[in-house]
Formats: sequence, structure tokens, C-alpha cells
Amino acid sequence: MNLTLKIWRQKNKNAEGKFETYPVKDVSPDMSFLEMFDYLNEELINKGEEPIAFDSDCREGICGSCSMWINGRAHGPVPGVTTCQLHMRSFKDGETITVEPWRAKAFPVIKDLVVDRSSFDKVIAAGGFVSINTGGAQDGNTILISKDDASEAFSASMCIGCGACVAACKNSSAMLFVSSKIFHFASLPQGKVEAKTRVQNMVAKMDEEGFGDCSNTYACEAQCPKEISVEKIAKMNREYLTAKLT
Amino acid sequence: MTTFLSGIFTRSVGKKIAMGITGLFLISFLIVHCAINATIFVNDGGKVFNEAAHFMGTNIFIRIMEIVLFAGIIWHIVQALILTLDSRKANSVKYAKFDGKANSKWYSRWMGLLGTLILMFLVVHLLDFWAQARFTGLGIPPVMIDGKEYENMYGKMLEVFSVGWVVVVYILGMISLAYHLMHGFQSAFQSLGLNHKKYTPVIKLTGTLFSIFIPLIFALMPIAIYFGFLK
Ligand code: HEM
Ligand code: FES
Repeated sequence: MNLTLKIWRQKNKNAEGKFETYPVKDVSPDMSFLEMFDYLNEELINKGEEPIAFDSDCREGICGSCSMWINGRAHGPVPGVTTCQLHMRSFKDGETITVEPWRAKAFPVIKDLVVDRSSFDKVIAAGGFVSINTGGAQDGNTILISKDDASEAFSASMCIGCGACVAACKNSSAMLFVSSKIFHFASLPQGKVEAKTRVQNMVAKMDEEGFGDCSNTYACEAQCPKEISVEKIAKMNREYLTAKLT
Repeated sequence: MTTFLSGIFTRSVGKKIAMGITGLFLISFLIVHCAINATIFVNDGGKVFNEAAHFMGTNIFIRIMEIVLFAGIIWHIVQALILTLDSRKANSVKYAKFDGKANSKWYSRWMGLLGTLILMFLVVHLLDFWAQARFTGLGIPPVMIDGKEYENMYGKMLEVFSVGWVVVVYILGMISLAYHLMHGFQSAFQSLGLNHKKYTPVIKLTGTLFSIFIPLIFALMPIAIYFGFLK
């Protein structure tokens, strides 16, 4: 396949960025989107040019590092996959593909397609944990957990924190991420203990970090590579209201 | 109680809850308003409607609710403005390419615009009826029903809706309302934390039907009068 890539290039946080156009020849349809970038970068390095900076780690859809805004959508045109799992066969030969970094005030661009997502870490630090005073470890099977609760916690724990929800939201709201991180814990007995303070602290931190307010367009659900449901956001609103009222 | 006072509505989630409460309250108002006005379709020369309008204009409970309603609309608009400005701040750099329709409905993304259109309609609508009934008088003689004198609100309707462009403004207002509710009805439940695998599909269906039929019934009022179906 032969493609034309329009890619956002930006030297550093403070530099003004702009789009650069790169023709890429002989791309295999079996390459992943990131492999295609490796291929292009090799070419740039051989030519003595600066390679394009982008995030990646696991390249198997579980770490949440990769983060590209491809042709107007988070992680590209295929629902339910991350950029690293997107393959070039999902594009047409001769296509022009526009690639941008995540855009949100809380995710400033560091370089090219790399954004600073430490605001997510700060939200986690505000309550995305269970406090345990360690002693002799208890046998896990002594705490009975219903299948429903386990499934609920599991579906919330699917969130890989990639930031696609924020990137896709017209308000740059992080509510899908934050609610997932809340119910990852709050659905289980160990996590229920701190449920009230957790929701209040995490919501407060989310606001402080400059994420916007949710307006229920559900773009986050549509673009989440793990297809997490906005039902989690409603549950968070409920938990927040209960925490405030009681 | 102190946690309650410590800014329930100032956080992002709290703002949504305020939006949901005021939205549902305005929806409940629409039901009452639509039911009462639909009495004109009895086509009895406005007898039932004028009696109902008289009750609404004089009953103390309704008069109190009128103040609550204005407060509700203002709260709704102020919150909407805050939400919109917050979003602008959080999302200051736009994408070169944004495929919105791939991830959401256009009317979900344009609630602010639809709300502004509704507000413009409301100003025209309040000047047409409410402001005259309360302050300046309707400017047409009262009617006698069963030996009692009533303000002729029905006659006012016939007069207002005899003008073509006014009818068009009302129809456009109702189309804006329909799309606002198409998103808003189910959104209010989501904001209040009411999302459930079993009930949400029912809420969404109810919302769609509500968003079509309530504005449609409202829009049929000026249309029926303009084309002379109601006398
Ligand atoms: C009878 C009139 C109205 C009704 C019945 C109504 C109803 C609703 C409902 C049910 C919602 C959803 C609330 C939620 O998401 O939790 C909503 C949202 C909204 N309304 Fe209205 N509304 C009315 C008038 C207005 C007006 C006059 C404006 C603005 C000038 C406005 C602006 C908005 C905005 C911007 C939203 C979206 C807020 C967000 O969630 O981000 N509305 N409305
Ligand atoms: S690189 Fe780990 S999810 Fe894509």
C-alpha cells in the first residue's frame, strides 16, 4: 500500500507545532499502525531527519501507552481497539491519514504525538487505591464475592488509562476514566470501606487537573478501546450524590 | 450536612446533577402546560381553555409554582452557561480533523445552541401571552362563560396565531425543543445516576416518544388556528 501521512510535529511543550506531510511507500496491510510508524521513522533516521515521537509499550492493547488521534477519531476507525492493534488493512491504498496528538488542556503535548498524561496519575493518587495495613495475608477465599460484583469490578478494571475518553470528548471530560477507576475498587468488599471519600477526592482532583464537565454525548463509550459503558459514569454520579448527602 | 453544604453543586459531577434536576423539572412543567393548552382542541370556542387559564392565573399554588418555574429556568441556563464555559477552558485546542458523527449524535453536541434557540423562542412567547396577561392586559374584551366574566386568553391565541411568521417562529421553537429533549430526556436520568441495564432502554424510548409528541402537540396549536380548524 502507498499512503500519505499528515502528522502533527511539535519540537517541545512550548514550541508551536504544525502538520508535516510524509508519503509512505510499500506498506504491508498486515503491519500494525505503530509498525507503520516504525517503518516511516527508520526512513527518516536514514535520511538524517528527526523521527516522529509517539508513545508505545506493550503493543498488545493492555498498557494504554499508545495514543493517536487518527482521521478524527481516538485510536482510529475500528471500534474496540488501541492504536497498536489497529492494522493497515483497515485503510485504503492511496489514502491520506491525518494523525494528531490527544487534545485536552489536562494533556499538554510534550513532543509530536506524545502528551503528558500525569494528570491521570494524580487522580489515581487521590483515591484509586485500597488502604491495607499489611499483616499476615488472609486466605482470599474467605471473603465471599458475588459473581455480579466480581464482573462489575472486572469490567471497570478493563480501563487501561489511555485517555481516549478525554481525547474524544468535546468537553475533555475524564469521567469515564475516573468512574472506571472508582468501581474497579468500590464494587468489591475491600474497596467499599473507603468508597465515600474515594469518589469525593477523585472527583475533586479530576476537576482540579482541568478536565471538563460531562455532557452525556457518550463519545467516550463509542471511542473507548475497551468499550467501557457510560453506566459507570451514572454510578459515579449516584455514589457522589450519596456520599455528599449522607 | 456540612459535607452537603461544602459545595455539592460546585464540582463537575454536582453541576451535572443540578442540570438533571432542573431539566426534569422543566419537563414536568411541559407536561402540565401541554395538557392544559390541548383543551383548545375540544373546539368549543375556548370555553374549557379560558376556564383552565383562569384557574392557572389565579390559583395560589400555581402562582407560587410560576416563581419556582422562573427560578428553575434561570438555574438551568446559568448551569448550562457554566458547563459550556468550563468545556471551552478544558478543550481549548481543537483537532484539525474531528469525526463527531462517528461517536455521538449532533443534537447531543449542540445542546447549547438548541437551548439558546429555545430561549429566544421563550422571550417571544412570554411577550405574546404571559407579559400581557400579567402586566399590560390582553387588549381584547373579556368573555362571558356561564354568566361569569373571564379574560379571553383563547381569543388572544386566535389573534396571535393569525400571523404567518409568528406561526413559523413557534414551529421552529418546537423543533429546537424536540431535539433538545431528544438528548435531554435520557441525559437527565444519566446525570442523576439512573442508568440501569433493564430500565435505561425504557427511559430512552419514553424520551424519544416524549420529544416527538409534546412539541408536536404544541406545534399543532398555532397550525390548527392559522388554518382555521379552531374557531
Ligand atoms: C422548556 C425548556 C427546557 C427544557 C424542558 C430543557 C430540558 C433539558 C434537559 C432535560 C436537559 C438534560 C439535563 C442533563 O443532561 O442532565 C437539558 C440540558 C441542557 N439545556 Fe435545557 N431545557 C430547556 C431550556 C433550555 C434553555 C432555555 C437553555 C439555554 C439557554 C438550555 C440549555 C441546555 C444545555 C446547554 C444543556 C446541556 C447541559 C449539559 O449537560 O452539558 N435549556 N435541558
Ligand atoms: S502500546 Fe500498550 S496499549 Fe497500545
